[in-house]
Amino acid sequence: MNILVYLEAIDGKLKKTAFEAITAAHALAQQLSGSVVGIAIGSVDTSPAGLYGLTSCLSAQHPLLDKKSTSAYAETLAQAAQAEQAHIVLLPASATGKEIAARLAIKLQAGLAADTIAHEVVDGKLIVTRPVYAGKARLKITITTAQKVITIRPNVFTAKKVDSPVECTIRTFSPSLTEAHVKAVVTSVSRNTGKLDVAEADIIVSGGRGLKGPENFYLVENLASTLGGAVGASRAVVDAGWRPHSEQVGQTGKTVSPSLYVAAGISGAIQHLAGMSSSKVIVAINKDKDAPIFQIADYGIVGDVFDVLPKLNEHIKRAVGK
Amino acid sequence: MNILVGLSHVPDTTTKIVIGADGKSIDNKGVKYIMNPYDEFALEEALRLREKHGGTVTAVTVGGDTAKEVLRTALALQVDKAILIKGNSTDSFVVAQNLAALAKELRPDVLLFGRQSIDFDSFQIAPMVAELLDMPSVTITSKLEINGSTVTAERDIEGGKETLVTSLPVVISAQKGLNEPRYPKLPDIMKAKSKPIEERSALEVQARTEVVALELPPAKAKGKILGDSDNDIAELVRLLHEEAKVI
Ligand SMILES: Cc1cc2nc3c(=O)[nH]c(=O)nc-3n(C[C@H](O)[C@H](O)[C@H](O)COP(=O)(O)OP(=O)(O)OC[C@H]3O[C@@H](n4cnc5c(N)ncnc54)[C@H](O)[C@@H]3O)c2cc1C
Ligand SMILES: Nc1ncnc2c1ncn2[C@@H]1O[C@H](COP(=O)(O)O)[C@@H](O)[C@H]1O
Repeated sequence: MNILVYLEAIDGKLKKTAFEAITAAHALAQQLSGSVVGIAIGSVDTSPAGLYGLTSCLSAQHPLLDKKSTSAYAETLAQAAQAEQAHIVLLPASATGKEIAARLAIKLQAGLAADTIAHEVVDGKLIVTRPVYAGKARLKITITTAQKVITIRPNVFTAKKVDSPVECTIRTFSPSLTEAHVKAVVTSVSRNTGKLDVAEADIIVSGGRGLKGPENFYLVENLASTLGGAVGASRAVVDAGWRPHSEQVGQTGKTVSPSLYVAAGISGAIQHLAGMSSSKVIVAINKDKDAPIFQIADYGIVGDVFDVLPKLNEHIKRAVGK
Repeated sequence: MNILVGLSHVPDTTTKIVIGADGKSIDNKGVKYIMNPYDEFALEEALRLREKHGGTVTAVTVGGDTAKEVLRTALALQVDKAILIKGNSTDSFVVAQNLAALAKELRPDVLLFGRQSIDFDSFQIAPMVAELLDMPSVTITSKLEINGSTVTAERDIEGGKETLVTSLPVVISAQKGLNEPRYPKLPDIMKAKSKPIEERSALEVQARTEVVALELPPAKAKGKILGDSDNDIAELVRLLHEEAKVI
């Protein structure tokens, strides 16, 4: 079984999702006794992929790939999958990855398993697990077509560096593309300046209505900054205009699974849990000991955020020596 | 401008999930179904596009008889036509094929969907339909502008927003923030009860995935709940450092 891995990049640099996909692909390849090939689109520095054990990499080059369009990217991956005789194409379930994957599946006439969190081979059959009903259940499915497209949920397959880094051999791949493959084109990107996005952060400190007003969010920001994490928010505070929608975690916000999620003054409504219940470690700070957030918390502090957050910040600063 | 909007019928967000007897789907007893929350934004955008550019809005659902409910809501909000494609498959490819086949017949200028349906959270329908129709698509759209045949859209990505430019016909999936959905008025809800819903049978399409099992997530061990004294907070930091090893 050959696996083709899409190496997502930004500004010519591989993203964390690329390393996670490499790690997930190696684990799959081991179970299915196959090989792994990466593919990056445009000019991307793929050398860090060797740190994660990737030995072979395609660099897709075509003037029409200078513009970012998921339709042309999908066509490129489809051609590469055929050229490499890939049985499985693995992509991150990022905003762009999901769109490419759906188009790619149609092109390859392949079944698609989106947003997976586990892959296992049982009696030679690949069974993948994906969270459904906002994380309240897990669906195990098989893909019935010979070729398969799989996207993996960010932050779930922890990227693992190998003991001895390898060199990732690069081969140029030239897809045949026409203007017709370039459909919707990205003309500009605006980044939330200088801020780490909740969807990508490994540590998130989120604040809810318990913070009482936007002016108190500095308490959440300070702790996030000490931990090197991102600031998140409940819908209640986003709807109240205290925080931007880009920070909202939950069913109608972002789905996150960081290593550490701190919920401060958040009740833990089911729609909030939908976005963060797969976090590895959850810490809740709430003055109501019966708040539902405590039911999924690994650690909890029953107390007032105005008192606890500054103290916690100080203790952590001391502990991590900052 | 003719618009086709896809609506899905999903369990209410607060539904407690109980696994059904088949071990592959949920037990439907007592489950309240609603219009997929993201589809409210898609439907609202369809109505606004019609207000601005004229034309018609057709709402479509692939599902069983109970899914008519969402079409009634759409009719109460004054869509021109409602179509139920009768089929029970939960395979995204099957649903996408059915929607694409209808689109080939109706030739809409804009196809609107929700970002994802909150039951299977798969986020596949919009780009799949677009690919089947060889059309451009913009997913997770938080801003949409159509000028002549030029489409400018903004979409949410990790850490920011992208602006995209393309042209009609186009497939759009709606994100929260695209608009503020209106709600149907009571007299319109009453009137919608007697409006026709066109029923069709689904195309026979081979599914590409198969459900092996639906399970509840593993139960979480009870957490350690501490007080708010200085000692408790020091203990929390120690646990995070030594036990959980996350800081
Ligand atoms: C379709 C739908 C989609 C939704 N999507 C989302 C979503 O994506 N994300 C989301 O978050 N919500 C979502 N919601 C809303 C959700 O149901 C809740 O209303 C929301 O999460 C509540 O936010 P909150 O916890 O900040 O506020 P509250 O529920 O008001 O909770 C505030 C908490 O703070 C505690 N508190 C108060 N003062 C203090 C203090 N001084 N110190 C410590 N604790 C204190 C209280 O005990 C309480 O538990 C959705 C709802 C619906 C219907
Ligand atoms: N059975 C269905 N009938 C009509 N539209 C659907 C159906 N399922 C999904 N959709 C549309 O596709 C969007 C994305 O769904 P999904 O890809 O399943 O997460 C939804 O928000 C709906 O707009």
